[in-house]
Amino acid sequence: MTSSPSIMESFFQRSLDDLIKSLRSPLLSSSPSHIISKSLDDIRRELRSTDPATKAVALQKLTYLSSLHSVDMSFAAFPVVELLSSPRFAHKKIAYLSASLSFHPGTDVLLLIPNQLRKDLNSPNPFESSLPLEFLSVASTPDLARELTPEIFTLLSSTKTHVKKRAISVIHTFFNLYPDSVRVAFKRLVENLDGSDPTVVSTAIGVFCELASKDPRSYLPLAPEFYRVLVDSKNNWILIKAVKIFGQLVPLEPRLAKRVVDPICEHMRRTGAKSLIFECVRMIVSSLADYESAVRLAVEKIHEFLVDEDPNLRYLGLNVLSILSSVNLWAVIENKEAIIKSLCDADPNIQLEALRLVMAMVSDENVAEISRVLMNYAVKSDPEFCNEILGSILSTCGRNVYELIVDFDWYVSILGEMSRNPNCRMGEEIECQMVDIGTRVKDARPELVRVGRDLLIDPALLGNPLLHHILSAAAWVSGEYIEFSKNPLELMEALLQPRTNLLPPNVRAVYIQSAFKVLVFTLNLYFMERDCIMSSSVVDLLPGVSDSVTETHCLEDCNSAECKVSVEEVKLSVENDDAAVTHSILDNVRLTCESITCMWNLIKLAMELMSGSEEVEIQERARNVLGLIHMLQEIPGFLIQNEVAFERIDPKATELVKLMLDAFSEELGPVPMNAQEKVPVPDGLTLDENLSKLDSVFGDDLPFSHGFSIQGHQHKETDGVPRFNMMNKEELEPLTESTSLLAQHRQRHGLYYLPTENEPESNDYPPANNDLQSLVNLVDAAEDLVKLTEPSKKPNRAKPRPVVIKLDEGNEVRAKTAKSVKDSKDDLISGVVRDILLGDGSKPISSQKSTSNKPPHRRVKEEGDSSSTKSKENVVDTQILIHGSPSSRKSRHRSSGKEKSKSSQDNKEKDGKRQESSRQKTHNDQYSLLFTTLCCYQGEDLEQHLVFFCNSSSYELSSSGFPEESSLVMEVAWNSH
Amino acid sequence: MIHFVLLISRQGKVRLTKWYSPYAQKERLKVIRELSGVILTRGPKLCNFVEWRGYKVVYKRYASLYFCMCIDQDDNELEILEIIHHFVEILDRYFGSVCELDLIFNFHKAYYILDEVLIAGELQESSKKTVARLIAAQDSLVETAKEEASSISNIIAQATK
Repeated sequence: MTSSPSIMESFFQRSLDDLIKSLRSPLLSSSPSHIISKSLDDIRRELRSTDPATKAVALQKLTYLSSLHSVDMSFAAFPVVELLSSPRFAHKKIAYLSASLSFHPGTDVLLLIPNQLRKDLNSPNPFESSLPLEFLSVASTPDLARELTPEIFTLLSSTKTHVKKRAISVIHTFFNLYPDSVRVAFKRLVENLDGSDPTVVSTAIGVFCELASKDPRSYLPLAPEFYRVLVDSKNNWILIKAVKIFGQLVPLEPRLAKRVVDPICEHMRRTGAKSLIFECVRMIVSSLADYESAVRLAVEKIHEFLVDEDPNLRYLGLNVLSILSSVNLWAVIENKEAIIKSLCDADPNIQLEALRLVMAMVSDENVAEISRVLMNYAVKSDPEFCNEILGSILSTCGRNVYELIVDFDWYVSILGEMSRNPNCRMGEEIECQMVDIGTRVKDARPELVRVGRDLLIDPALLGNPLLHHILSAAAWVSGEYIEFSKNPLELMEALLQPRTNLLPPNVRAVYIQSAFKVLVFTLNLYFMERDCIMSSSVVDLLPGVSDSVTETHCLEDCNSAECKVSVEEVKLSVENDDAAVTHSILDNVRLTCESITCMWNLIKLAMELMSGSEEVEIQERARNVLGLIHMLQEIPGFLIQNEVAFERIDPKATELVKLMLDAFSEELGPVPMNAQEKVPVPDGLTLDENLSKLDSVFGDDLPFSHGFSIQGHQHKETDGVPRFNMMNKEELEPLTESTSLLAQHRQRHGLYYLPTENEPESNDYPPANNDLQSLVNLVDAAEDLVKLTEPSKKPNRAKPRPVVIKLDEGNEVRAKTAKSVKDSKDDLISGVVRDILLGDGSKPISSQKSTSNKPPHRRVKEEGDSSSTKSKENVVDTQILIHGSPSSRKSRHRSSGKEKSKSSQDNKEKDGKRQESSRQKTHNDQYSLLFTTLCCYQGEDLEQHLVFFCNSSSYELSSSGFPEESSLVMEVAWNSH
Repeated sequence: MIHFVLLISRQGKVRLTKWYSPYAQKERLKVIRELSGVILTRGPKLCNFVEWRGYKVVYKRYASLYFCMCIDQDDNELEILEIIHHFVEILDRYFGSVCELDLIFNFHKAYYILDEVLIAGELQESSKKTVARLIAAQDSLVETAKEEASSISNIIAQATK
């Protein structure tokens, strides 16, 4: 009576429908999660049942919960396996469905199923054999692939197309997992390309399309087969794949292009299927861009797409056009109208594509026009796209040190306009560009200061955190280039307005520094004006003389009239908060005693407030300003509170201000990114050598810095081991003492510092310019550079392009080479694959090479640990083997397949032969590589691989002439048996 | 190649998922959440393609269901749209004007049909008639098996075993 509970279960089991209904019931007594957990309990119980029907229903319910409610069903893996072996098709089907949905390569029960799968694959019922095929296409593992390759191979020639198609797809999965299957099945897969059944051809060509997308070069010899499909087939699904394959092959073999261009154009003209047209268009623009007529035709089709009602076609049209933009810009310009129209499309994807294309059209002639159009779009569009527009304007205009910009005044005003766009989030970029233009383009500075002023005096902008970066740049520019300001006093007020406390501390610090510069500049101007007035009125007055009655009288005479006017003005400016009004009044204001006093008091007040700030940056800078203020105040007669300035200014004050001004007046230039590298390494300075010595002496227990301490130094002497040569000793000594000696040291050993003198090598760049001593030279060097980089002006330009200082010219090349080096590293593994496959790699990979140079016995010894510990190197090696061996196989099969197909294309054969001969040459490297990788295999795996290697005809060990390799393989073989 | 197929209802409920590339369970949930956020918010008259993590997702809405397929950058979007339509037509023919409920209550059949249309992320059968025939044949196989299993004599035989 053991079976009775299972009968009861099967009678009273909740069916799938019951479960779904209870989950969907609107009158939920409990939450869905509660129902799920309750039914999961039931399912667990039912899965233990001995009745396969009960089990099947339970499994089906679980699959439902898993796929629609994301319930984890990994606990049911074993019942799934049990049900797979059920003789009933219905149960099998349920089991395979849940297996293919829930199994993954890590599932441990996969070890149990190969035999069951084999049995089902060999089933006479095609529906039964197609079940495991579907499962294998999604949940295979290398082990399963190895076990089942023979079965799949048999099914590849099945008479049932339904089964055959699935077998083709599965063999593709196997190729990736178990490369040896390529050797077995590749030929038969190729044969399927010639099949009479279009659906089989479709599947086969789909597989080749996938394979070719990973490594197109390997499939070049199959081009005749693909060509036949391209020409003969009438099925669009097949044609799309064929066109796609040629898209991969044509760039590798230019002769193919001539053959395929006509059939592809023919398809494009003939077919009405948009998907095929699109595929052809894309193939032409990416691979056949040299064929004028084909591109013409493609552009025609693109135009049709662009004006179509279907947003999909418009999007794809733009998409394809952007591929074309790099080589055939005319095609883009021809469709300008449609592109501009797409900028206001409802679909953000289309907008973005259109924007990219518009930016591709930008040249130095139309940059202003296009930017104007885009700025108008930016105002109208939603915040996200608005910022896309602004960002692309900024990056396009800033590209390659503003190479597109001729009129910098215009560009600076655009920057100002962007800042006022309420959605603008590009603050950081605008900040960078404003400062950068300031340092690089002298002629743009007046406009920059004007734009900066407009931004600074607007108190409303201070409340917008998005603008703080821009305000920071505006403040910096205004302070740095204050000499271009029309009204420094107004600027000072703007910099010190109360709302600046809304700014973040780092920006406020910039504000204070700028205020400092403005103060110094204004005072100096004031003194100079007074000097000027005095010297003009009293010609014979000597500069150092003071306390003269006539002098003061003169001064009074000269100033009195003006003073009265400006007092009122200043009062106005203080009272009136509206900056715009004061601006117009004060535009031509002369600095007067009164206005200076006013400013003086303002800045004193503001700085005293800020010197109590919690932020050190603000505090410090405010104190700096206060320091100057106090110093000047102490000088008697510096500041007279009344409008009557009788006394002459103490020359000390003038001098002090002059000194400060000098400190600020040096121009800050751009620093090239490679400045450090350009410093010539002095002879005899071999840093690496000494440091490595240091390392060996101190070992690991001493921190590195000890080498630079006095202790370390003494230690060296007692040891009597000369660790540093004389030069280094001298260099290190001062470091051990207080840093105040640094300057002294610098004098002695200027050689090791950034050059402060104008060396001939460093003439073409300004040295890092934070060094006061080098500033003079910097200007010289920069001027030289300005001359050098001056562009040849176009004669018909109304306004010559201002000089833009470029420093990083050499950088680009460097970056490119660095990139290519990196790329080659990334391609290491696939490079090896190709080396082995085509035999054209003459450069062995260093790590592999070094291991292969070890004596063989040692490598064999290492075999055990290395494979068990699975060190990184070995993982890489294994990968190489996995990728490497199929390719070698592929190449062989290719050639044999090719011979069979009796292709008339002689050149192809010649190619193959050339590859074959060069393959021989690189055998040496390949051997070492392969045998190194072999060492990673153990037991059964190793045996299998060895057998394969020994059997393969291209590796004739006896005749290889490399005793090391042959002895190695013997040893490996011996160990494994 | 198609990396996965998703059927999402307008409310963001998953109706069918099929993964042709390996994605861990956690990753799958993340992908579904991310994509339904992107796709369900798109308006009706926009294009059917979304760029996502370096892939492209082609989706199309049929009634209350979004059919989404994720493909590689250089795959043909229009072809995928046709495959989606092809699949929907087959479902429609099989269920007789298919609706979301059909797919919920017959979720396994939806999978079976999908498995006939696609395999390993590629189109397997482009003929609707063939798919219908294959599905019908398998259904009848299942039915006969079920009938056998549920016949009284069978149950008695099992009980007295």
